[in-house]
Parts: sequence; C-alpha cells; structure tokens
Amino acid sequence: MSADADTRSVTEARPGTAQAGPAVARRSAFGDRLRRDWPLLVMATPMLVLVTGFWWIPALGNVIAFQDYNPFTGGILGSPIIGFTNFAQLFGDPQFIRAVVNTLGITAFQLVFYFPVPIALALLLNSVVSGRLRALVQGIVYLPHFFSWVLVVAIFQQMFGGAGLIAQILRDHGHSGIDWMTNSDTFILLVTAETVWKDAGWGTIVFLAALSTIDPNLYEAAAVDGARRWRRMWHITLPGLRPVIVLLLILRLGDALNVGFEQFMLQRSAVGSKVSEVFDTFVYWSGLRTGDLGYGAAAGLFKGLVGLVLILAANRVAHALGERGVYSRS
Amino acid sequence: MSRKKVSGLAPWEEPGSLAGRVGKGGALALIVLAVLLPLYTIVLTSLSSAETVNRVGGLVLVPDGITLDAYRQIFSDSVVSRAVLVSTGVTVVGTAVSLAVSVLGAYALSRPGSLFHRPILFCVLLMFVFFPGLIPTYLMVASLGLKDTYWSLILPSAVSAFNIVVLRAFFMNIPHELLDSARIDGAGEFRILWRIVLPLSKAVTAVIGLFYAVGYWNAWFNATLFIDDTRKWPLALILRQYVVDSNPLPTATVGVSGFGHVAPPTLAIKMAIVAIAVLPALLIYPFVQRHFTKGVIIGAIKG
Repeated sequence: MSADADTRSVTEARPGTAQAGPAVARRSAFGDRLRRDWPLLVMATPMLVLVTGFWWIPALGNVIAFQDYNPFTGGILGSPIIGFTNFAQLFGDPQFIRAVVNTLGITAFQLVFYFPVPIALALLLNSVVSGRLRALVQGIVYLPHFFSWVLVVAIFQQMFGGAGLIAQILRDHGHSGIDWMTNSDTFILLVTAETVWKDAGWGTIVFLAALSTIDPNLYEAAAVDGARRWRRMWHITLPGLRPVIVLLLILRLGDALNVGFEQFMLQRSAVGSKVSEVFDTFVYWSGLRTGDLGYGAAAGLFKGLVGLVLILAANRVAHALGERGVYSRS
Repeated sequence: MSRKKVSGLAPWEEPGSLAGRVGKGGALALIVLAVLLPLYTIVLTSLSSAETVNRVGGLVLVPDGITLDAYRQIFSDSVVSRAVLVSTGVTVVGTAVSLAVSVLGAYALSRPGSLFHRPILFCVLLMFVFFPGLIPTYLMVASLGLKDTYWSLILPSAVSAFNIVVLRAFFMNIPHELLDSARIDGAGEFRILWRIVLPLSKAVTAVIGLFYAVGYWNAWFNATLFIDDTRKWPLALILRQYVVDSNPLPTATVGVSGFGHVAPPTLAIKMAIVAIAVLPALLIYPFVQRHFTKGVIIGAIKG
C-alpha cells in the first residue's frame, strides 16, 4: 500500500487518488491505515509537539492584542477584552508610523541597490572560464553568510567606525576620519552595505544553478548566427535567468516588512531610533521594553497579517505570470 | 552542479578583450579582498601584542611578532570561556535535537497518502506564511518556565519549516523501488529511514545540520530575550556587549577579575573574541561547502 503511495509522489496534488492502488482495494479503512502508518505518525510527533508549542499556541496567544493585557492580575484568560483599542492607538502613534515608513523605505532601497548584486555577481562568476578559480571564489563569497549579524556589525565597526581601519588610514594621511557607524544620514547605505557583504555571495547560488541549466547549444547556435558575447548574454543568459529573477523579486515583495531584525536592534543605539526603527524593533521596544505587551502584540499581529496577505498576493502574481510560485505544490 | 566545460573555452567561444579580462580579474580580486581583508586584520590584531596595537593605534595590517596573549587572557577569564562552553553546548545539543526532529518529520512527510499526511504538511507550511509574533512567543517561553534555561535558546527555534521542506524534497527523490524491496524484506519504517534513506541523503543532511548549527552558534536575540543570568550568556551576547557596544564585561557577577588588574590590550582581546566567534564556521565550512548547491537548489526547486 505505502509503496503505491510512493509512486504517486508526482500526482500527490490531486486529491482523492491517495488510496487508489493498481490492483489492490480502492479504499482501506481508517484502522488499516493506522496500522500501516503508525510509525510515520510517531516520527512526526516531536515535530508536531514543537510546532504546536512554539507556533500554534503563540499564534493563538495573539488574542492579547485585543486585550488590556496584564500578566500579574489576569494573564490571557483574566485580562479584559478591549477590542481594537490597541490597533487604534497604534495607527495614531507617530513612532509606529515612522517604523512603517522606515521599513518600507529600506525595503525599497534594498530592492534597487541590493537585489541586482547577486545577479551581477553570478554573471561575473559564470563568465570565469577556469572551473577551479570559480569554485574558489564561490567558496569565499559564500562565507560571510554564515557569520552572525553581531559579527558582521562588529566587523563593520572595526572597518568603518570612528576607531576603525578606514578612519585610521585617513588620519594617518592627515584627513579627519568619518564615523559611518553612528551617522544617521548614511544609515541606509550602511545597512545595505552590510547586507551586500553578508549575503550577496550566498544569493548567487540560486542564479548560478539557473545558469547551469541553460542549454549550451543555444549559445553555440547564437554564436553561429554571429552573436558575440554581449548579444549572447542579452538574448540567452538573461532570458534564462528570468524565471528565477521574477520569482525572487515577488518573494522579496511578499517579504517587504521583513528587513532584518538583529541588524537593526544592534545598531539602534548607535544611530538613534529615528532612522533605525523598523517593524520588528518597534514590537520589541513598545511591547517588551515598556511592558505594554498587548500593544506590542497588536503591532506584531498587524505585521504578521499584512505579511500573510503580501505573501499570498505575491504567490498569486507569480502564478498569473506563469511562474511556478512558491506554495503551489509540496 | 554539473558543467561540461571544466576549463578552457568552448569551440565557439571567442576570448574576451584584454580590457575585459583585466576588468574581470580586478573585480574578482576586489570581491575576494572585501571578504578576506577584514578577517585577516581581525585575526592579525588578535595575535598582536599590546605594544603593537598601541603603536599602530588600531587594527594591525602588518604584523611584527605574534603573541597569544589575548587568547591566554580570554581563556583564563571565566566570562568568555564560559560563554564559549555555553555556545558550544547549545550548538551541539540544539543541532542534534533539530536534526533528529527534522529528519523524522521530513521522512513522515515524504510519504504522500499516509494517514494525516495533508494536515501535518499544512501545519508545517503555515510556518512559512505567518510568524506568530515576538510577544506571544516570549510569553509562551516564559509560561513554560524556560526563561534563564538553555532550553529557551533551543526549543523555540528547533524546527525550521524551510529545512524540513528541503529534507522532504530530497527524501521524495529516492527511488521508491529501493524502499519497497526493504519493506518486502520486512524492514520497518525506522529501519528504512536509518539504513537506506539517511545513508543516501548524507550530503543534504550535512548541509541542513550546518544550517542549524550556524543558527544556534550565532543566535543572539533569543539570548537577549530569555537569558538574564550573565553566567548563562552565550558567546554572541558577550560579542554584543563587549565588542559592539563596548560595555565592560560582567566580571563582578562572576567573581573573576580577568580584565581587571592588568591593563589589557582591549582591542586585541576584542578581536580575539571575534576570531573565536568566526572560528567554528571556518572549521566546518570546507567540509560541507561542496554540498551547498545540491542542498539549496533542491529546496528551491522542489519546495
């Protein structure tokens, strides 16, 4: 029975076929299935326990967004329900508005100045003729992805900070050093530079994979027709990357409210909250730091719901464009 | 990834112009330098003596003499060495828990048509589209009494939907005839997973294990949320307090005055802490790196 199930991994999306085997009975009773599949259920149990404990229960715990939550007198069950008061207060909070504006601003900025970098880097790497050299460079550029944000910020501080290497070199040559780490005017450049340093190399993986699937015959045919390097890139390489680019672009839009949490928490004190307050840091400070948990939860829930809508919408757009989308099957 | 052209030009390919090749080489050199130069100066500064650091007035680019003073001082002080121990423990235990839970769960999910397959899959996929939020998660951890325990650094982030989906996609690609024949020979699901599926999935399991391990080693925010007791701080928190924020280390609470009496080359010590934080990633990385493409791409394409 289960063997039949395996052969159908291709057609799994079709409901109703789950129990149809070629020569065996059409449907087996619940008891039979339980007898057959109980080891699988046992295997899934630890995962389900963790998902329940740290996803479902917290997800339901969002009711405190609608409460005047007080952990000492009532907890979740005893705190009074106040409806949408928290949300109403939220939309009138200039700090919250600023967090939204900053988040969207940073997303937009990074869409222009970060998003194309891995594509360009992948094209550059792909054009390296020597396989050895390419593998070496790839290995090096993936590396920073595995460093923590604390580490990346520490490294940037040592390079660009007031006491850092660049300032040190400038001072040695008689210029006054600039402290980029505490300059709120250039903060958006700084966080984008950090993101590029940390993740641009890692981001090339998916583009390099897409490039490796392009049929070399296409290049040969184009070359025979007289297309030189740039023409071939324009008419073969880039169209070959199109599906991946579109998919990642849509994903990024669906993820617009997530600009990264730790990166901003870490640098908030250095540049001030005016430019560094984003959605997630707002939730942290308004909820946990000031102790107004219901209010913070309202901000978090708002973000979660908007994020959900964005992701579903982005996926729908992907389908409409004939791309595979993200959650279509699996 | 497989490519036919390992080196040299394809017959139809003309070599690039000289300027193009020089530009390309220069760009590659710059990129590599941008990654490696910070690491180089950090390691070098951590290995320099206090005099050298003072004379240079900052990070050291050209060494004159190597000393392990900074490291000796760090490891004679219980704050940092404790933090290294905590981070190592959390990383090892956490990775083991996460891998076990994910492999078992992913295998269960790799069998369409099994009982409750769809609802379980639904549970996992929901994690992709909605994050319950920081505050309810915090309250959950607090109400379970996990605050100030190492489990608070492990359990909330133990399951990653992405990693499970990647593993599952890989498991589903294993030819089912193989599993059938084992079943005919009387092997149960656990034995099939252990003896057939896992040995065939070494590469992807290693990559997923690395992802989890890196996550635990780097985790900083969970620790700020849940750990108030400075003796239970992981290395990432020390890094934040001491290196990023330049706050003094909480030596008093631990009762050891490692940084107290000798005037320490603070920058060298800072950089030594950074170097220690980087080290595990650098050590494991070469062994797992060649599997990246395979692991990640399967997730991206089959996900």
